[in-house]
Amino acid sequence: MSISVEANKGELAPEEQKRLKADLHRSLRRNKIRASMLVAPLVIFIIVTFVAPIGNMLYRSVDDPLVNEFMPQTTAALENWDEQQLPDEAIYAALAQDIIEGRKAKTIGKAAKRLNYEKSGMRSLIMGTSRKHKKLQAPYKESLVDIKKGWGDIDNWKVIKRLGASITASYYINAFDMETSPEGEVSFVDPKEQIYLKLFWRTIWMSMLITGMTVLLGYPVSYLLASLPLKTANVLMILVLLPFWTSLLVRTSSWIAMLQAQGILNDLLVWFGIIADEARIQMIYNAIGTVVAMTHILLPFMILPLYSVMKTVPPSYLRAARSLGATPWTAFWQVYLPQTVPGISAGAILVFILSIGYYITPALVGGQSGQFIGNLIAYHMQGSLNWGLAAALGVMLLVLVLGIYGVYNRVVGTNSVKLG
Amino acid sequence: MANPASSEAYVRFDGVQKSYDGVNLVVKDLNVDIPRGEFLTMLGPSGSGKTTSLMMLAGFETATHGDIYLNGRSINNVAPHKRGIGMVFQNYALFPHMTVAENLAFPLQVRKMSKADVEEKVQRALDMVELGEFGNRRPAQLSGGQQQRVAVARALVFEPDLVLMDEPLGALDKNLREQMQYEIKHIHERLGVTVVYVTHDQSEALTMSNRVAVFEDGRIQQLAPPVELYEKPENAFVAQFIGENNKLTGKVDALADGICEVVLDSGDRVKALDINTDGAGTATTLSLRPERVFLNPTEGQCQNMFSGKAEEVIYLGDHIRVRMNVCGHNDFIVKVPNSSDKKGLAEGDTIPVGWSIDDCRALDA
Amino acid sequence: MKKTLKLTTALVLGSFVAGAAAQAADSITVVSWGGAYTASQRGAYSDPFTAKTGITVLDEDKSGNGLAGMRAQAEAGNGTWDVVDILEGGALTACDEGLVEEIDYNNDLDKGADGSMPLDDFVDGSLSGCFVPTIVYATLFAYNNTAFSGDAPKTIADVFDLEKFPGKRALEKIPGANLEWALVADGVPYDEVYDVLDTPEGVDRAFAKLDTIKDSVVWWDAGAQPPQLLADGEVTIASAYNGRIFNAQVVENQPFTIIWDGQMFELDGWVIPKNAPNKKAAMDYLRFSTTTQALADQAKYISYGPARKSSAPLISTHISTGVDMNPHMPTNPENFKTPIKKDAGFWADNGDDLSERFNAWLAQ
Repeated sequence: MSISVEANKGELAPEEQKRLKADLHRSLRRNKIRASMLVAPLVIFIIVTFVAPIGNMLYRSVDDPLVNEFMPQTTAALENWDEQQLPDEAIYAALAQDIIEGRKAKTIGKAAKRLNYEKSGMRSLIMGTSRKHKKLQAPYKESLVDIKKGWGDIDNWKVIKRLGASITASYYINAFDMETSPEGEVSFVDPKEQIYLKLFWRTIWMSMLITGMTVLLGYPVSYLLASLPLKTANVLMILVLLPFWTSLLVRTSSWIAMLQAQGILNDLLVWFGIIADEARIQMIYNAIGTVVAMTHILLPFMILPLYSVMKTVPPSYLRAARSLGATPWTAFWQVYLPQTVPGISAGAILVFILSIGYYITPALVGGQSGQFIGNLIAYHMQGSLNWGLAAALGVMLLVLVLGIYGVYNRVVGTNSVKLG
Repeated sequence: MANPASSEAYVRFDGVQKSYDGVNLVVKDLNVDIPRGEFLTMLGPSGSGKTTSLMMLAGFETATHGDIYLNGRSINNVAPHKRGIGMVFQNYALFPHMTVAENLAFPLQVRKMSKADVEEKVQRALDMVELGEFGNRRPAQLSGGQQQRVAVARALVFEPDLVLMDEPLGALDKNLREQMQYEIKHIHERLGVTVVYVTHDQSEALTMSNRVAVFEDGRIQQLAPPVELYEKPENAFVAQFIGENNKLTGKVDALADGICEVVLDSGDRVKALDINTDGAGTATTLSLRPERVFLNPTEGQCQNMFSGKAEEVIYLGDHIRVRMNVCGHNDFIVKVPNSSDKKGLAEGDTIPVGWSIDDCRALDA
Repeated sequence: MKKTLKLTTALVLGSFVAGAAAQAADSITVVSWGGAYTASQRGAYSDPFTAKTGITVLDEDKSGNGLAGMRAQAEAGNGTWDVVDILEGGALTACDEGLVEEIDYNNDLDKGADGSMPLDDFVDGSLSGCFVPTIVYATLFAYNNTAFSGDAPKTIADVFDLEKFPGKRALEKIPGANLEWALVADGVPYDEVYDVLDTPEGVDRAFAKLDTIKDSVVWWDAGAQPPQLLADGEVTIASAYNGRIFNAQVVENQPFTIIWDGQMFELDGWVIPKNAPNKKAAMDYLRFSTTTQALADQAKYISYGPARKSSAPLISTHISTGVDMNPHMPTNPENFKTPIKKDAGFWADNGDDLSERFNAWLAQ
């Protein structure tokens, strides 16, 4: 730094500067190497466990190799088909060939499953044909239609042709609650089958609600912790962290015991005569259950940054405000609160991003109205095995989080985020 | 001990006690009257109770016992924001999220002043501390001295009659601190507000105050103007705490007409003013300022004459500081003005030393 | 590029689906559903198998994600599972996709105790290529006796009748069984259920019927939930796996009654993953655990019917309570008057579509 300043003064000749730079470079190299060695394990770890899977997810959301890989002859033959009328015999022959070979190699099922995501019934059309492969003979058109009527339906051929491309937008189209008609037009699906956009929206607003709840509940607690003597504060901090040390399932089950219709809270309300026995309030297996349980689980993520920021706000600010004539409320609102905004920001973004991807708790206590988009991603990962759709939904969630973070950065600015 | 100066007290501590744990008293029986317009400093080592007393006056601590009066009215149950007392804090406590002007406007806005009034008063306050151009800066963009001045301006902008300052110059370096001492003193003189000032720095206390209350162990040891405090300490703690002091311990042998004769631990006999002894036969501490000791005194100049050996001679420019062994004390300090005739004193020399009775005060043990 | 991608996917998925099972040469990993069910397999198959062969059997409770796990292991080309317990529908898909081994039934399995060949002895049509069924289990309704003082519900239609039998219902959070029951409750004959459900109007009809009770439904997704919900009084009638209800009735003495009408029965059994690390031992286990006696023995632990006809006469009493197991078997003629066989083929074709529709319906 100081060297370049000297150089700018023009006191060193150009060749001198050059030598100086080389020296500087050499003297810094060791430090650079040592520094990169220190971070290398983490960088590798992040690449393997984070960057690569995300890249993989992006790729999977558009990658669609199954049909063209496992029905290669049909895909190739369909390339020049005009989609105006049923394919000719050559294409039928290619299909028969693919089915016979795919059956032997046990790969036709994969193509069938993929086609079935797009159009129900494709699976049994192909697998049924495959099971009766012995009946396949020239002329194949006649023989195929004879085995399964579906081969005489032009729409089925259109689906095969469309999915023959190895890159697809169909997962995203599905993820936006849309579908592609046999004619290739993209439109929204029937309203009673729309789900993903609705769940995205619900995930966002419920996450906001949960974030708001953690601020409301966490702020006074953090304030108490920050203003108590360290010894007492540490004991209370253990209570705050206790949820971290309890299994998620235990915590969630205790909420069930607490909130269910025959649970403690309802029992108390009935016992005090606040509600009638027949009118017990449904507080779990719905959105309320999700909000309550997740607020509890995520509360520490709000309290910790808040606490660490509040620790740095000296009590003299409040005293100064009081001495200048501010009521306790004004002192809090105009002097204390603004200085804890970085803590609120950090906690809020942390809680919000965590909650937007939650799925275990909503699955256990959310019932039908408390499900998050994460539940459907998990369902497509583990239940329907439609990993392409899961990846597309995952990418959308990722983009959504990045977008929200971008807006947040614009409005609040990451400078004002302080984790400790 | 209370010293009702001129008229009736503006601030009065009446038998105030404070305990945090119910076992120990941090402030023990505090009684002070502060007249309007006075600059009173509470001086003492840390833990002596001075800050606690200030905080009770500001309303941030409640007195465990006794009453505090402001302008004749008990303020024990008045909330801090209703006391109308300006306060300057040790770390300035400027609100970091507001500009300088917003900081100054804060006390005016909470008083619901009109916008025009606020602007005018803020500007006047900024001008007073010579920061007229800095209204739009954030506190973090100012130097320590500038922040200090803003803090003072903020404590004064709403024109309180009483301003409290809690070690306001503690964070500044020495030169700036001295400069600020004068500035605060001048502002006090110009505005005529009452100031209660807390510090542990005696030179600060002596420079600025009308009166200084020396705190130790939860009590005021002496409450007096700076001159009196230095010249006439009433007990051994004050003598030792304020300025430099030679401490000689011994026993009162006889006393008459306010003058006592003390036998030092070394066996030497010293005559001293009887200020605060418990009579003949009791232990006492003699206090003697280093600059009141004469080397090679002329005959009859001093009633007390001994011989001393110079252990260490330090040249300090305007004066020479000599550590001597006198009457069995080898930390006996003598300050000699740097005049041409005093040159040539060397370590190891043994020479006569002496002091007069009026400069030697016999205090509590 | 593609290979790396596959590898990373497999690494990530494999690690969370499969878990890491330490592989000693003298052990095999058997994946099943956990809980009382795995315990019954341990008692009837695994412990005797270890006693006989010295091969240790390691349990993994991952059948809930069995298909996903096998797919991930196949993509990684590196399996850790030797034998997987799976539903018939899942086995069909796995077989179609080539994830599991084909079984030569008459050679790989033992003859029945009565000398019958395996292909004749197992439930008709269930030996579909890769799958070896072990049990017949039913999803059915049960109610808490304390909930109804007068008339008790006896039919599927009663379950959907909230006026006559008030209270909440617990249903599994999948379309399977619920849609079939909705049609039955709406008057569709038992043997025409899938024909109706194969039409768009039929699906609409089923959802319309479900709409009538939707507000009173608590949805469950783990088999342990419905007995708990019944015991807590959270619901009055719950759909559940019959073995779970049996366990609550007999072992825990809960006052539950099963409605055998409209029981949805389904087959569950073994497949051998293509990537099984100890294939020989896995095949030995498969043979050992599907003998007439082994299947009959499993019924001592849990009330699921053996998938071999020759096992039926050997069914005895419950291992700990001594209760006669026969009246509790879904395959007992008394209980088997009006069953619906879950159509695995239908669900393989339409499961994705109907699940989407079901999820959307739930979210409304």
